[in-house]
Amino acid sequence: MASNEEILSGLAEIVNEETGLAPEAVEMDKSFTDDLDIDSISMMTIVVNAEEKFDVKIPDEEIKNLKTVGDAVNFIAAAQA
Amino acid sequence: MTAALAQSPLREHTRILGVGAFRPDVIVTNEDVCQWIDSSDEWIRQRTGIVTRHRADASTSVVDMAEGAAREALAQAGIEPSQLGAVIVATVSSPYATPSAAAELAGRLGATPAPAFDLSAACAGYCYGVAQGDALVRSGMADYVLVVGSEKLSDFIDNHERTISFLLGDGAGAVVIGPSETAGIGPSIWGSDGTKSSAIGMTHSLLDLRDVALQAEEEPTGEALVAGTEAKLWPTLRQDGQTVFRWAVWEMAKVAKRTLDAAGITADDLSAFIPHQANMRIIDELAKQLKLPESVAIGRDIADAGNTSSASVPLAMHRLLKEQPELSGGLALQIGFGAGLVFGAQVVVLP
Repeated sequence: MASNEEILSGLAEIVNEETGLAPEAVEMDKSFTDDLDIDSISMMTIVVNAEEKFDVKIPDEEIKNLKTVGDAVNFIAAAQA
Repeated sequence: MTAALAQSPLREHTRILGVGAFRPDVIVTNEDVCQWIDSSDEWIRQRTGIVTRHRADASTSVVDMAEGAAREALAQAGIEPSQLGAVIVATVSSPYATPSAAAELAGRLGATPAPAFDLSAACAGYCYGVAQGDALVRSGMADYVLVVGSEKLSDFIDNHERTISFLLGDGAGAVVIGPSETAGIGPSIWGSDGTKSSAIGMTHSLLDLRDVALQAEEEPTGEALVAGTEAKLWPTLRQDGQTVFRWAVWEMAKVAKRTLDAAGITADDLSAFIPHQANMRIIDELAKQLKLPESVAIGRDIADAGNTSSASVPLAMHRLLKEQPELSGGLALQIGFGAGLVFGAQVVVLP
């Protein structure tokens, strides 16, 4: 089980891999679409990579609720618990 | 004592002997698309990699396009139509439930009396056809098999909806499969997941269309009928992009790896990667997951041709070989996936 900090840094790596954004830019309060400029297709790619990395399931209907990086970290942490 | 039953003698190896393409003339740009949906050239390029798609005019049919691609593949293979032991057309856009496009094609080519049948496996149709062609030749059931993917998807789209129509193009690609001294077609990894059958498909069935037609005959001026059936006239394609994208990048990466394993090779041995041309982003993500070395040429015909369903893999192969003829003789991983959901893949030696 990973801590929230570990999930955040893992997620930042995935975002970096997909978009080239610096991992430090991926902060808890950042919005995926508004702040990080991540489109729907990149978001799907990030989701499938996060599922693999953290061994969790993120259902399609849940993805629209993951508006900020913090939403995603919290969802993954809860799913791992 | 019972008589000895003869079975067809087996062959060890097969390969693709030739590839052909037919690209219809009408070019639909992203600007054209933006007259029908609220979008922009930049948005479409960024999310799909598509710049243009080719579409067939009203006088060009699925069989016409199939014939164009087939004649080029036969010529390259150096095979006469009369030598064909089977003609397979993979299509989901032939407007006739029967007779098959394949039978008409075989007749036009002069392949009569070769067995001919259509194959319905959407964007995996060509790879399913190669699996069949390989099996037919190795089992001794046929000497040469023509496999064509031909689609006139523009007959089954609604230009004003935005889940799939703007991605789609028309075209045909064909290969001829025959005996080989050395291994030229690796094991086919193919399958289906019908639990996701609603992810891509038609808005409604032809039976709904029949019911509307019958009602219209009985009550030709009925306004209620018009209002109630507006959406039920001509069936068109739709997809749940999110479900399909996730399945395509995740499950298909696994299928691609299994296909390499079954062929006894690694990504480093490939000269080319030719996935179904569904979306450039899916192609890029698959390439990343497979850890393809820089040296592997990747089929990116989608930029020009859009998504042509069963025709997309042979069209992309044809373009790669035209632009980089030195790839001939190298190994290519080809993989198709789509409505069903269905998938098929194999490693082949490029003709």
